[in-house]
Amino acid sequence: MLGPQTVKNILWLIPCLPLTGAVVNGLLRRRLPARLIHIIGCVTVFLAFLVSVSGFISLLRIEEPHNRLLIQSLYQWLLTVWDQGRFSLTVAFRFDPLSATLCLVVTGVGFLIHLYSVGYMAGDESQGRYFAYLNLFTFSMLLLILADNLLLMFVGWEGVGLCSYLLIGFWFSDLEKAQAGMKAFIVNRVGDFGFFVGLMLLFWSLFEGSNGGVSGLGFTELRQAVPLLASASPVLGVGVVTWIALLFFVGATGKSAQIPLYVWLPDAMAGPTPVSAFIHAATMVTAGVYMIVRLNFLYLAAPAALTVVAVVGAVTAFYAATIAITQNDIKRVLAYSTISQLGYMFLAVGVAAFSTGIFHLVTHAFFKALLFLGAGSVIHAVHSNDMQEMGGLKKYLPYTYLTFMTAYLAISGIPPFSGFMSKDEILWATFNSHLSVPGLGKALWALGLLGAGLTAFYMTRLVALTFMGTFRGGADEEKHLHESPLVMTIPLIILALLAAVGGAIGLPAVTHLPNLLHDFLSPVLSGHGSSGHEVHAYGLEVLLMLVSTGVALSGIGLGYYFYLKRPELPDQARARFAAVYRLLLNKYYVDEIYSALFLRPVLKLVALSGLFDLQVIDGAVNLSSKITAKFSFLVGWEDLTIVDGAVNGVAAMVQRWGDWIRHLQTGRIHQYLYSVVLGLFGLCVFMLLF
Amino acid sequence: MKEIVLNVFILLTVIPCLWVALSSNIVHAAFSLLVTFFGVAGLYVLLGADFIGVIQVIVYIGGILVLIIFGVMMTQRGKLLSLSVQLPGKLFAGLLCGIILTALIMAASRSLWPVAVSLVNPEPTSAAIGDLLLGKYLAAFEVVSVLLLVALVGAVLIVRRSVRGE
Amino acid sequence: MSYSLQSFLIVSSLLFCLGMFTVLTRRNAIGVLMGIELILNGAGLNFVAFSRFLQPSQTASLLSGQIFTLFIIAIAAAEVAVALAIVLVLYSQMKTIDVEDFKELRG
Repeated sequence: MLGPQTVKNILWLIPCLPLTGAVVNGLLRRRLPARLIHIIGCVTVFLAFLVSVSGFISLLRIEEPHNRLLIQSLYQWLLTVWDQGRFSLTVAFRFDPLSATLCLVVTGVGFLIHLYSVGYMAGDESQGRYFAYLNLFTFSMLLLILADNLLLMFVGWEGVGLCSYLLIGFWFSDLEKAQAGMKAFIVNRVGDFGFFVGLMLLFWSLFEGSNGGVSGLGFTELRQAVPLLASASPVLGVGVVTWIALLFFVGATGKSAQIPLYVWLPDAMAGPTPVSAFIHAATMVTAGVYMIVRLNFLYLAAPAALTVVAVVGAVTAFYAATIAITQNDIKRVLAYSTISQLGYMFLAVGVAAFSTGIFHLVTHAFFKALLFLGAGSVIHAVHSNDMQEMGGLKKYLPYTYLTFMTAYLAISGIPPFSGFMSKDEILWATFNSHLSVPGLGKALWALGLLGAGLTAFYMTRLVALTFMGTFRGGADEEKHLHESPLVMTIPLIILALLAAVGGAIGLPAVTHLPNLLHDFLSPVLSGHGSSGHEVHAYGLEVLLMLVSTGVALSGIGLGYYFYLKRPELPDQARARFAAVYRLLLNKYYVDEIYSALFLRPVLKLVALSGLFDLQVIDGAVNLSSKITAKFSFLVGWEDLTIVDGAVNGVAAMVQRWGDWIRHLQTGRIHQYLYSVVLGLFGLCVFMLLF
Repeated sequence: MKEIVLNVFILLTVIPCLWVALSSNIVHAAFSLLVTFFGVAGLYVLLGADFIGVIQVIVYIGGILVLIIFGVMMTQRGKLLSLSVQLPGKLFAGLLCGIILTALIMAASRSLWPVAVSLVNPEPTSAAIGDLLLGKYLAAFEVVSVLLLVALVGAVLIVRRSVRGE
Repeated sequence: MSYSLQSFLIVSSLLFCLGMFTVLTRRNAIGVLMGIELILNGAGLNFVAFSRFLQPSQTASLLSGQIFTLFIIAIAAAEVAVALAIVLVLYSQMKTIDVEDFKELRG
């Protein structure tokens, strides 16, 4: 394999390979045959994956964990030198355990999704554009992950937002889909604004406070600057670090779809299904979690902000799960489940269990990609998103069914699948957390546990409605049901294997086996990582595991009872709790509330200013015109004689002059030139005479 | 020696220049213009402005003159070659220009120019001009570069639209 | 002529006035353009001559005149590009480049 020095010099290949694919496919999309477009799109990502793997291995071969850091500086972006110090920004890539993990996920899962897309998008007329966007998306995400300073990270951050807009609105001729793309872009923009304000506040407070002691925005430099920031004078009664951390978190809520900026994610289903899988599993939504983990030193200096992160995460996890129960669109259920799972990641990050958050990010990438690709396979067969028109697909789509079941068990939290490992670690860390508010940790744990039960319930509902029972679509559709081509099922199988055994990288402490991921990530994370390993209360841990498994099983059991055993029960429940059901079905009316709070006031303001224009200004104008009319009637006779005479006289004079002057504008260039030269001549004469 | 070279270049500039002004054939005028530009470039070098001299050769002879000759070639049609105003117009223009020329020459030779007492030996100017362009005159430099860009895009646009219109 | 400021000023005046004459007497649009080039060359020569011979002041360095000429050359290039484009379009529309015939362009 390659040595660390070599890897350091080829780091730029990781983001630039997909970029090459994007450029080639984007420019030659009409010229290249579809087969070549597929090859370029997939191979570039696969090569990036290979580079990431070799980088990962060479990181592992570095003995001392704290030396596991490779930085490649490409060029100096900006350099300012003044008498007290210097400030420089470089375009540099940072390959450390954290970015290595994320790179593996993004390129690995990303490659599988590219491969799947070959089958899914077959026959679409703008495949070149699709693969160019997808490659660009990969590039932006890798740029975000590998960036060594915040500004470069922001470039990737914005690139990811742009690509999501392009891909969600991929079928832009459909107005609704184009609007979904715009919604994603605008909601993200709100979050990005928070990020950017945070960035500027950070920059300002660094240079205000340090007097030139800080020489850049690189993560190493920022980590050293945190004590300095923490000692800065508070703004509006809150520490600067807390402000910065909170503003960055606003950005994270936008990208990672947390309350209150999650509304774009369910609508993002308008894009092609592999894109949804890409957004939900490998790119985009993980950006917020990654950013907070990357800045863990900053957040550890702002415990209040961390508490906010934890509370928002836990509430989102529960809240989104409740909505998922009532949705009928298979992709929407999965979208809300993503929001809920992201909530768990933020919960983990919020209780300072950063490696656990990344662990859940990784396992979630496996099983959520699998769920979406499975759903895509189902949609491919049924040609509908509505679960009411599915059912009994088990016998038509055997591979999809089997792989989907793996993901289902993983997300529901059944041991020993990967989802159980990571989710349980989060709950355990939450239970043991020391948040600034006493008792809050336990409350969040309870909320998370409840959310886990709901997850098991709605996933059971989804599986029951889709694969079990009998087919509810028409007979015509039933004839067309078919398993997806091999190029789509192979990624499913690989992902299923990962979803099943992926949990092995983060075994709980009670097994007395090393938690590989936690140990690998620890050099990146400052201070402690309270993933539960410090608290050696194995008895309690086993008890909590049993509790959460029990909750998951009861969720599944309840779902089984409701949707398979007694299918009439859901209707009865719906009738009995009609108000609650409507509330959930309409997603707590959040879209409506946003439109009432933000959209309508703007429209109101527009209408109001229109009214003002019509009533007040027009009224004043009309009034003055009326007065003028009355007045002019009085002076009319005088007007006719004296004033008109004068006006007509002036007009006649102007006309006569105009007729005369018009002759100057002949359109003859030579006359113009002569006038210039004569002017010069006049000037010469003037100078010679005086 | 210097004087001889100077006079050669002055003749190289002025005689073709007369030809440009007086020749009735536009093609001849265009090629005389070439020699004039070359003469001016030589004068620039004599004045110690080596960089400007080279730029004069590159831009005027390599760019502008080629464009003009292109224009002449593309639009030549019989009598269009020798279009000029009537004789009275010529005489009047000649008179006017003659008076202005006299005035200019008088002003040039009679004025008390604040001439430097001793001339410094000219040095290569490229590096210093580069410094000035990216320092003191940066704003003007940028504005001119934008102007050039706009002019080129505009020129392409004008011609293209008419091509498409046909 | 001797190597002095006056010689160069006289040459540049000659260039200027002959250019002016060309502009005034040619009816061929491209001929008019040539005259303008001569005028611009005269002006440029003037600037360089002044920058060579005059006593450098506090604010203007020795090279200020040369830089002025540089900008004149750049602007001349832009001007010729646009002017020739216009002439070519007019030629393709009206089949002539006689400036006397262009009077139809007035508003």
